[in-house]
Amino acid sequence: MGGAASCLVPLSRSRYAGSVSDELLSRTPLYEQHVALGARLVPFAGWEMPIQYKGISVEHQAVRERVGLFDVSHMGELELRGPRALSLVNSLITNDIARAADGQATYTCCCNDAGTVLDDLIVYRRATDDVLVVCNASNRAKISAHFAAAARGVCEFEDVSDKTALLALQGPQALSVLQRAGVSLDLGTLKTFRFAPGSVAGVSCVIARTGYTGEDGVELFCGWGSAVALWDALLRAGKDAGIEPIGLGARDTLRLDARLSLYGNEIDETTNPLEAGLGWVVKLDKPDFKGKAALVAVKERGLHRILVGFEMTGRGIARHGYPLCDSEGKEFGLCTSGGPSPTLGKSIGLGYVPLASSAIGSELWVDCRGKKIPARIVKTPFYKRK
Amino acid sequence: MSSPKEVKNDRKYTKDHEWALSEGNELLVGITAFAVDALGDITLVSLDVKVGDSVSAGKNFGTIESVKTLSDLFAPVSGKVTRINGALEEHPELINEDPWGKGWMIAIAPEASTGELLDAQSYADHLSHSDH
Repeated sequence: MGGAASCLVPLSRSRYAGSVSDELLSRTPLYEQHVALGARLVPFAGWEMPIQYKGISVEHQAVRERVGLFDVSHMGELELRGPRALSLVNSLITNDIARAADGQATYTCCCNDAGTVLDDLIVYRRATDDVLVVCNASNRAKISAHFAAAARGVCEFEDVSDKTALLALQGPQALSVLQRAGVSLDLGTLKTFRFAPGSVAGVSCVIARTGYTGEDGVELFCGWGSAVALWDALLRAGKDAGIEPIGLGARDTLRLDARLSLYGNEIDETTNPLEAGLGWVVKLDKPDFKGKAALVAVKERGLHRILVGFEMTGRGIARHGYPLCDSEGKEFGLCTSGGPSPTLGKSIGLGYVPLASSAIGSELWVDCRGKKIPARIVKTPFYKRK
Repeated sequence: MSSPKEVKNDRKYTKDHEWALSEGNELLVGITAFAVDALGDITLVSLDVKVGDSVSAGKNFGTIESVKTLSDLFAPVSGKVTRINGALEEHPELINEDPWGKGWMIAIAPEASTGELLDAQSYADHLSHSDH
């Protein structure tokens, strides 16, 4: 939550909420499904989205232990086509899709000239002349305009967000539920971060072995009009496995366990990918790309601060925006995300601290609204599936 | 857990979804089923007061945190804290399980009457205008 807490009915005012004005909210094609399932709906990045159905902890554990189904149709999808599509996209991102194979998905940052993060993306290389870019809902307008401007006169560009639904099926039983729903692909050949067109339960979709939970699973892109059929079929197919629909609340706790960055928390236009621990998606040896010169300079200069994971050793919960303090109590960093992990039964967090104070095992204090609570830097990810 | 719109007739309420129940010379204070439902799984109760401290009506006496969010707790009346529910330190989930009973947070010896608070009917009306 931004700023001080207020009343006891906070979810509508949480940082999920965006502005609680009378702005017109968009609805995904699954809105009626969410209502029927008893979801609590909140405004998020201009969308009316389910934050939870049965409860964040129950949903979190369902994904860790069994399988969960997410509606993430609010995400943005951009298509770039033409002989120069691949090189155009590659010039706007920090990772290198020239090295990827057709049918491979690549996680990347998209930076500005200052080398700070405009968004984090998954780029799907269908072919050298056919690339799909998936961006955060909160950044869709910005990223859509950014890619559209760069594509002008170079390749075709289309923002297909409003006709593309996206469902995520995640958890140790995700693939068996997919199998049970009836899938046209041999899942054995669909390796992590690979994708292919196919069908699930008779619905045409792109099946990608990707996700945002730290579990195995797939994300399924389908037409807006067939999302209900796909959603209902997956819930039916997953019934015996104990499938649950999962809201944005558990999506956040799951990604935090797995130390996956959230745009607006760990990364934004004031942070660079190197200090965020995303150096592995920055390929400084590839030809020029937006932000490269600035990132080379950062690398030469060395990092001032770095993102670390910590566990609370005292009784308290770290939250986005809380100051982090050194062992003497002097403020030296900032918490970017935090909360109790339903998987670990511990209160965890991520935050920026000076590089010199980032060693695993170091003690620090989290300033929880004026109360300093002790914490310790730990290895991340907090949770790694077996 | 109780239904989120449940209201008990034996106590008074604030618009911020705290309840106050008279017990002898004390007022027990907790949060309503509606508040608990909105918060979700409660993981931490931090009280900023101890027995003997004064609290003021409408002023913060602690915070309550769930998996996802944090909220302030406001004293429904002014007075002195006579007891605190120590069980919540180890078992904050008591508030989810029994918001009207075992999930009480503090007891206050009130300085004034509870006349300013909402009665059950007024609180129920207030809930019918709150939506989530």
